[in-house]
Amino acid sequence: MINVENINFYYGKFHALQNISMGMEANTITALIGPSGCGKSTFLRLFNRMNDLIPDTTLTGTVSIGGVDIYQKNVLVDDLRKRVGMVFQKPNPFPKSIFENVAYGMRVNGMNNKKIIAEKVEQALKHAALWDEVKDKLKKSAFAISGGQQQRLCIARALAVEPDILLMDEPASALDPISTSKIEELMFQLKEDYTIVIVTHNMQQAARVSDHTAYFYMGELIEYGETKKIFTNPDKKSTQNYVTGRFG
Amino acid sequence: MNDEIKMQQIHRRKRLYEAIFFGLFRIMGFMVVLILGFILCFITMKGIGVMSWEFITASPTDGLTKGGIFPAIVGTMCLIAGSMIFAFPIGVLSGIYTTEYAKTGKWVKFIRLMTNNLSGVPSIVFGLFGMSLFVNTLGFGDSILAGSLTLGLLVLPVVIRTTEEAILSIDDSFRHGSLALGATKLQTINRVVLPMAFPNIITGLILSIGRVSGETAPILFTVAAYFLPQLPTSIFDQVMALPYHLYVIATSGTNIEASRGIAYGTALVLIIIVLTLNLAANVIRNYIQKKIK
Amino acid sequence: MKKLRKLYERLTEGTLFLCGNITGIAILLIVLFLFREGIGFFGRNSVEEGYVLALNRKNPVNKLSSREIKDIFDAEITNWEEVDGLDREIVLFRLNDITNYVTEEELGEEFEHIPECIAKIIHDHPDMIAFFPKAYLTENFSEKVLQVERIGLLEFFGGDEWMPTATPSAQFGILSLIMGTLWVSFGAILIALPLGIGVAIYLAEVANKRFRNFLKPVIELLAGIPSVVYGFFGLVVLVPFVQKTFNLPIGETGLSGSIILAIMALPTIITIAEDAMRTTPLAMKEASLALGATRWQTVYKVVLPYSSSGIMAAAILGIGRAIGETMAVLMVTGNAAIIPHSLLEPLRTIPATIAAELGEAPKHSTHYQALFLLGVILFIITLIINISVEFVKRKRV
Repeated sequence: MINVENINFYYGKFHALQNISMGMEANTITALIGPSGCGKSTFLRLFNRMNDLIPDTTLTGTVSIGGVDIYQKNVLVDDLRKRVGMVFQKPNPFPKSIFENVAYGMRVNGMNNKKIIAEKVEQALKHAALWDEVKDKLKKSAFAISGGQQQRLCIARALAVEPDILLMDEPASALDPISTSKIEELMFQLKEDYTIVIVTHNMQQAARVSDHTAYFYMGELIEYGETKKIFTNPDKKSTQNYVTGRFG
Repeated sequence: MNDEIKMQQIHRRKRLYEAIFFGLFRIMGFMVVLILGFILCFITMKGIGVMSWEFITASPTDGLTKGGIFPAIVGTMCLIAGSMIFAFPIGVLSGIYTTEYAKTGKWVKFIRLMTNNLSGVPSIVFGLFGMSLFVNTLGFGDSILAGSLTLGLLVLPVVIRTTEEAILSIDDSFRHGSLALGATKLQTINRVVLPMAFPNIITGLILSIGRVSGETAPILFTVAAYFLPQLPTSIFDQVMALPYHLYVIATSGTNIEASRGIAYGTALVLIIIVLTLNLAANVIRNYIQKKIK
Repeated sequence: MKKLRKLYERLTEGTLFLCGNITGIAILLIVLFLFREGIGFFGRNSVEEGYVLALNRKNPVNKLSSREIKDIFDAEITNWEEVDGLDREIVLFRLNDITNYVTEEELGEEFEHIPECIAKIIHDHPDMIAFFPKAYLTENFSEKVLQVERIGLLEFFGGDEWMPTATPSAQFGILSLIMGTLWVSFGAILIALPLGIGVAIYLAEVANKRFRNFLKPVIELLAGIPSVVYGFFGLVVLVPFVQKTFNLPIGETGLSGSIILAIMALPTIITIAEDAMRTTPLAMKEASLALGATRWQTVYKVVLPYSSSGIMAAAILGIGRAIGETMAVLMVTGNAAIIPHSLLEPLRTIPATIAAELGEAPKHSTHYQALFLLGVILFIITLIINISVEFVKRKRV
């Protein structure tokens, strides 16, 4: 599904990602782990070209999704981002109603059939396991619900545009344990329809939810493999030190 | 398949809108540059002809149609000096008070509101006020003193605000370092805060000089003289001033057509002053930014 | 030694406190002095000082408003009936008409008999209204000295004629000045707001760093150019241009003023609107882009709504800047004190009126006080504007 070859990425002169190659399969969850500043978020943001927004950056190598190099000139960024959804570290709903938040993606992509929008909003909220909690207050501001609910709203918002891939940048780091477990549950269900890449700080979380895990350190991909193997019997010493909590 | 084509159309329209609007904004941005460029070029082209050593060192003659603008330059210099002597120390002290002493609370909010209000008061109202208080009530008459005080009041908010910004940009750790060594608050301000904030405060000073040198309305009734070839000898004298001089020869001189040349020259001198001051402020600002990095 | 240092610190802090409150003190003083000079206005009437209006004793009219007096002397009211008198023609008398009624000999060698002559003329003409210096009022004047109504609020704010030096009765209606100010300011904001917001969006969301670093000083410079230079530029470039383009008899019109004011208000609008747009959280913009929105969609669906209060503040401050601007407007709008019907006519604003007339108004005359009242109005307008900006800014989405 996703294929990365010989990626090098620079912020100005800082070499943030060094020579990374890896592939991810459809309908799996891949966890990216590593200490802060190791480049895992930067790596995640390559897949929907969010790094384009940062001035003075350079990228070499290829990132292809579904066999298409997404950094080719004729690839349209907004089109790509519609297919690759993203959930951010902190819940970031728009200052609009709950309904409008979910409908936003459809509206900007040219959908204006009210009936279809209403249907899809409901579907997305159900998919994000939020429908029962908010169905009576769809007109209320998105800031009126709890942080955990807001984050699930952001997931629903991403799902409403029907992407193939869902990128999650530490989606539970700002949440309480109960909200976190709800989101983890959700990821299991979403796996059936989506390819998920998640960045996380939380080792247990990575172990619990992911099929594959990639360990990053100082801009390099140290080890990548099945989650079970990474957490029980990694090839590299450094990986073992990190997953057992001896450093980082 | 049909859906695919429809989606493509929608995406094309999305991008077309973006191109149109951002293109429009780009044109607007260039328009602003063009407006400034046109004004500067126009005044420069027309004014450069009358520029000469004599123009800036001689008095006006022949009913303001010939000669120079020396007395007006001197007058404006007097007003700059006078207003700054008044506004600079008070403004800086005021900025220190609101940032270092009265950091929080309703009172500071109120002071800020007043400063904002004062900066929004039209310059002609300052003129009225200056005339009423300084010229009439305090009996200074039309004089450099009255004009300087009026102009000083006008630029006070500028000085206060830049001082506040300069002081607020200094990290608290420097203050704590000084206080931890046993220095009093006043010593800390004197020896640590002010020296660090100084270059930024100077930028404020330069900008307020620019403002003072161009203001006309506040000096109409407090100091400005229509024609006064001799230079002032005391702070109770009237003076000519560049902006007022330009107003006079542009609208109500004895022979408006004949004095056009002088008017262009005067406008050019004013623009050069403002340009130089802005440039100086920018240079200092860039210097500071580099130093911080 | 320690005591001395304590004292020194105390003293400094006291000075700081005083300086800290200087702006509040200044505002207070401005209010105080502007009102003090202007407030006497409403107690006075508009007849030129040192002059009186006199009627025949038998005339039932006792009191006239300044507007009525003006219309009578302009021959727009010609019959006493129109001012609740008898149905008779009004006869006007001014001092220089005196030789039409009496011979020069009767006036005496040194004109010492003028008072008696005037009294006699008024006595002989029952329908006469006479305007002459108070000095010529005889001590035992047996005819009627006309009472003039004091200038009221309604006359001041609702009157459409501003003729502060008209004789016998000056007119102090500021409606035309208020309308002139509003027309020219709204014209300016109509031009400046779309342009300013466009440039602000460009600076905040589109432009690259190099262009931004180039445009920022340009805008600062635009803000730094003195208003009198703008006025002069308007006078020599814009006024002829407007005249030619619209084929007008004169180019000094509201439109010329609006254009110049728009240029002058631009830096304010751009700077404040851009600052407001920059406060939009990056997270929100990223969320929008990540959903496939284009940058323009992100601007108008996320950035603009988020910064709407700041943009509102920019617009209000822009209007404030335009309303208070004096010199440029004075130089390009033609200064005709009539209620404008379009921006292609000359008009006159409140600040321009003060600037143009205060120099010629005798100290503490009615005219002088009226101009100070205009200042008070201007001050109150700007106060309202500034406070509403605070209010708008505080309101968050």
